[in-house]
Amino acid sequence: MADALIRVEGLKKSYVSPAGTVEVLHGLDFQINAGEFVAVMGPSGSGKSTMMNILGCLDTASSGKFEIAGKDTAQLSNDQLAGLRNEVIGFVFQGFNLLQRTTIEDNVALPLVYRSADKPTRRKEAREILAKVGLDGYALSRPNQISGGQQQRVAIARALVGKPKIVFADEPTGNLDTKTSHEIMDLFTGLNRQEGITLVIVTHEADVAQYADRLIRLVDGRIDYDGPSRAYFQERAA
Amino acid sequence: MIGPMLAEAFSALGANRLRSILTMLGMVIGVGAVITMLSVGEGTKAQVQATIESMGSNLFIVQAGSAQSGAVRTGAGGVPTLTAADAEAIAELADVNAAAPVAPGNAQVVTAYGNWSTQIMGTTEDMLVARDWSLASGYPISESDVRSASRVALIGRTIVTNLFGDEDPVGQTIRIRNLPFVVQGVLAGKGQSLDGRDQDDTILVPVTTAQRQLFAGRFGDTVRFIIVQASSADAMSRVQTDMTALLRDRHRIGEGQEDDFQIRNLAAMADSAAQTAQVMTLMLAAIASISLIVGGIGIMNIMLVSVTERTREIGIRMAIGARQRDVLLQFLLEALMLSLLGCLIGVGLGIGGAWLIKLLGGLDTVVTPESVILAFAVATAVGVFFGYYPARKAARLKPIEALRYQ
Repeated sequence: MADALIRVEGLKKSYVSPAGTVEVLHGLDFQINAGEFVAVMGPSGSGKSTMMNILGCLDTASSGKFEIAGKDTAQLSNDQLAGLRNEVIGFVFQGFNLLQRTTIEDNVALPLVYRSADKPTRRKEAREILAKVGLDGYALSRPNQISGGQQQRVAIARALVGKPKIVFADEPTGNLDTKTSHEIMDLFTGLNRQEGITLVIVTHEADVAQYADRLIRLVDGRIDYDGPSRAYFQERAA
Repeated sequence: MIGPMLAEAFSALGANRLRSILTMLGMVIGVGAVITMLSVGEGTKAQVQATIESMGSNLFIVQAGSAQSGAVRTGAGGVPTLTAADAEAIAELADVNAAAPVAPGNAQVVTAYGNWSTQIMGTTEDMLVARDWSLASGYPISESDVRSASRVALIGRTIVTNLFGDEDPVGQTIRIRNLPFVVQGVLAGKGQSLDGRDQDDTILVPVTTAQRQLFAGRFGDTVRFIIVQASSADAMSRVQTDMTALLRDRHRIGEGQEDDFQIRNLAAMADSAAQTAQVMTLMLAAIASISLIVGGIGIMNIMLVSVTERTREIGIRMAIGARQRDVLLQFLLEALMLSLLGCLIGVGLGIGGAWLIKLLGGLDTVVTPESVILAFAVATAVGVFFGYYPARKAARLKPIEALRYQ
């Protein structure tokens, strides 16, 4: 069996609201191995973003077990979780979430700042990664000077600069037009195939999900389908 | 780590330039006020200090005590009990630098140029030592002048102005109560005393000359008081004890009987004057520092607003791996930068204010390095103290909640 990067057992998440406790995730079980390319689909409200935030160590589970890179997240302190986000995980958001006052280069280098890397190192690595996502020459621009597709490339570069084991992307193409979406997905696919980066992408668009090898479909906080994405879409087409 | 954070803090403050400047204004005014007020206080203190130093240091005045006959008590010095011999005996004590007997009186002084009523002090060369009084020209009164009661005089600067004009007085003759005296020297200027008297309006003559010729019959062989200088501030209390024992012995005062003399410690008086100036400085600084606290509250207020506005940014940073202490440090640095920049400008303003007060108000002002260091120390403390709460609030945000914040 391949290396399990993520192991989830009986994962539950509930929120306390004035109307009472609402359970969003009703106990999920799966594992993701190194090098996989996984798409997470599901109707809105199915809990896919909630799951993603927990996997990205931005949020914590209410119960159940979640291990990433061999570490049980329930046992980790806030600083250790921050360390995981910095070194093991890369995160790409729907809304790009770049710092507007900061240059492209400094945005990309931000994760390295929290590793106390020196300036020449930060600069060098940021420029290398920017070249890889096709943004040579934009290092000193600011986010509001470039297009949405370019901004998402910057966000991807930022997620990759720390050489993470796994990259999570929450609706990475949600704010982009179709053509740009496909360019971004091609970039992701290339990273997975050539660099062996593990990818987990949340999307509600079928043609985005088709890029992935494996599909996890959530409905009402439960896993409805977990298997090869090609099989799923062929079955639906038939 | 600090490098990029400083740059980040700078850019964050620059993004809201007007707001940052207005926030800093509180610190600017506070620090400016503290520096200016301290400079006024220091100036006053320096003035008092100079006056005290002109008096001479570590001084005692030994006065003849009061006497009681029946129900009537005379004032201090009422009974002439002190003699020049007492002064000589005191001068022999350990740790005594000088002991000058003084037989004072007022007299009309005449020269070819004009006449002037002034204070004449019959004394010895020890007077110059005790009061740290140097000569502008000429020679001091010598031991042989005292022994032979010669008619020589040392005259103060004010006397020179009034009785000689531009002429050199040394070697000239002045008439005091119609007796001719040779001016042997001119005393260096001392300015005003603590109580505002002109210390240069005086003439020194040998004590024996004053006793036997100028004020014959008034003193006999006694003197009004003796000025004593101890060798150091530490020695003063011992010198006082020794003098008391010596004088009681010399005056044959039995046990249980009251002293027939009083010893006043001038150093204590000088200390209290200096202390008054110090208290004034502190009070001025305390009032001014209230505005520093107000400035600090302004910083806290703006930092709280800033944390709320930048919640999403904090979320992004946390998602990327910023630890709580990274976020804390970032906002603390911003608060510190506000207060220290404000302090820097405030110091400039304060120095300008001190200069203006000197120029327009005629008050002596002294900006000491200590007051500038103090201002920076306080500004740092204010920045950390008032910046900590907003920074901690930012650091304690949950990443996912911060990210979702709109």
